[in-house]
Amino acid sequence: MPKTYQEINEKIKSGQVVVVSAEEMIGIVEEDGAAKAAEQVDVVTTGTFGPMCSSGAFLNTGHANPRIKILKAWLNDVPAYAGLAAVDLYIGATEMTEHDPLNIDHPGDFRYGGGHVIEELIAGQDVRLRATAHGTDCYPGKELETWINIADLNECFLCNPRNAYQNYNVAVNLDSERDIYTYMGVLKADLGNVNYCSAGQLSPLLNDPYYRTIGIGTRIFLGGAEGYVFWQGTQHNPTVARTEQGVPKGGAGTLSVVGDMKQMSAEWVVGVSMYGYGVSLQVGLGTAIPVLDEEMARFTAIKDEDIVAPVTDYSRSYPYSEGGPLGHVNYKELKSGQITVDDREVPTGSLSSYPKAREIAEILKDWIETGHFLLSEPAELLPSADSGLTFKPLRERPVQSEVI
Amino acid sequence: MATRRVVFHYPRQLIDSPVVSQIVSKYNLEFNILRANITPQSEGLMVLGLQGTEDGIEQALAWVREQGVAVQPLEKDVMRNGDKCTHCGACVTICPTEALCKDAATQEVLFDSAKCIACELCVPACPPRAMEVAL
Repeated sequence: MPKTYQEINEKIKSGQVVVVSAEEMIGIVEEDGAAKAAEQVDVVTTGTFGPMCSSGAFLNTGHANPRIKILKAWLNDVPAYAGLAAVDLYIGATEMTEHDPLNIDHPGDFRYGGGHVIEELIAGQDVRLRATAHGTDCYPGKELETWINIADLNECFLCNPRNAYQNYNVAVNLDSERDIYTYMGVLKADLGNVNYCSAGQLSPLLNDPYYRTIGIGTRIFLGGAEGYVFWQGTQHNPTVARTEQGVPKGGAGTLSVVGDMKQMSAEWVVGVSMYGYGVSLQVGLGTAIPVLDEEMARFTAIKDEDIVAPVTDYSRSYPYSEGGPLGHVNYKELKSGQITVDDREVPTGSLSSYPKAREIAEILKDWIETGHFLLSEPAELLPSADSGLTFKPLRERPVQSEVI
Repeated sequence: MATRRVVFHYPRQLIDSPVVSQIVSKYNLEFNILRANITPQSEGLMVLGLQGTEDGIEQALAWVREQGVAVQPLEKDVMRNGDKCTHCGACVTICPTEALCKDAATQEVLFDSAKCIACELCVPACPPRAMEVAL
């Protein structure tokens, strides 16, 4: 008998709900089969915690006196985007401190940027706002410098255009001599190491591979508080090659998510420095998947050994879009500490924190068991494998300079 | 007599050369191998206590550097700031001595300071910058 969102929410309210983590679901389906598991279990929780570029925050500072229509703004010397209205700002996670030496002395340190500003705002620390403007009759102010604090802001919400990548590349460096410094971490020369970045069997979208229960309006765990999916994420790519179980064999679906930073905790939103690359933001995100039927029970029982990811060379293949993956490996192998590439044993490291992902799934379980978190039926599901939607490269068209 | 603790980092091509035995005879030093990790497939690493005259040690280290071995004095401590570490695992393949490694069951990052040689490679490689140097 298929279940409905309403039935599951009634069970949550009455304290009768059965909720397990995506890790626990594996054993339940293995032991009892998917049909019985679908009857027993109502909700499966997931989690992921990793650097998620394409994150950022909107804030409204309130009006100064005299009023100012901000043209340029900096938060702790990190440029924020002000081209919205008068005192609405957007601070992106990867924005660098102005005058940072970047990679002039390669590899650059990239000590501080937008991700760190966002973490400090959530932690309740004062942040220095500096702004300039051209001045108008209605907004005569031309300069502003003041401390601000999240508690005093009108609104302050995380608004991340692309989070929770459904699977990802496994990064290696085939250059025989040169260590490289990437958004996938430090990759040592000559296949010196491997870095992966997914929670695997706990990852939100890997537990609902065709997005049957996730879309616009889905309530989620975001940064330690409740948040929502508001759109498919940028670069959402549901039509990639999949395994027989429906699991994408590489980066595929993504989520656009939003949530109130005033409710969040800096434990789950952490500014990070990627050596020689830039800054980013570690984000904790989790979903609560309704086990509507047998198929959802089967999907949520996916395990590490059944999820494969493409081993990709970041010295040449990735930056210049040359060639394909060197092969595929599964997350059980990746989590064992070493994999075999080209007949060589290569040690594995990761950028995604599995202990944190597990903690998120457990917190969500607790919220649901205690009746604090209800499931929301999406107003619209994300485009799936049958949508025809693909992530395209840029078609570059040369711009001819005009000759007079 | 002077003593000095140093770390030798051997590139792959020098794994087979008897660098340590040569400095003993050339510069009249005594040595104590505190730790060594040298395999033919990867770069080598040796932590040594050297004993001899101040000049002898200096000349020996200069000669070792000329051979292509990177020499690092061992006089600092690297510590992990537990509040900052998010257990992502970006450090575990960067650490040459496996002082940083993952617990197989929990996937938590463990730090064994007894194995740490204070090479500091983990410091910039840690995204939340949880590894800190104490002098």
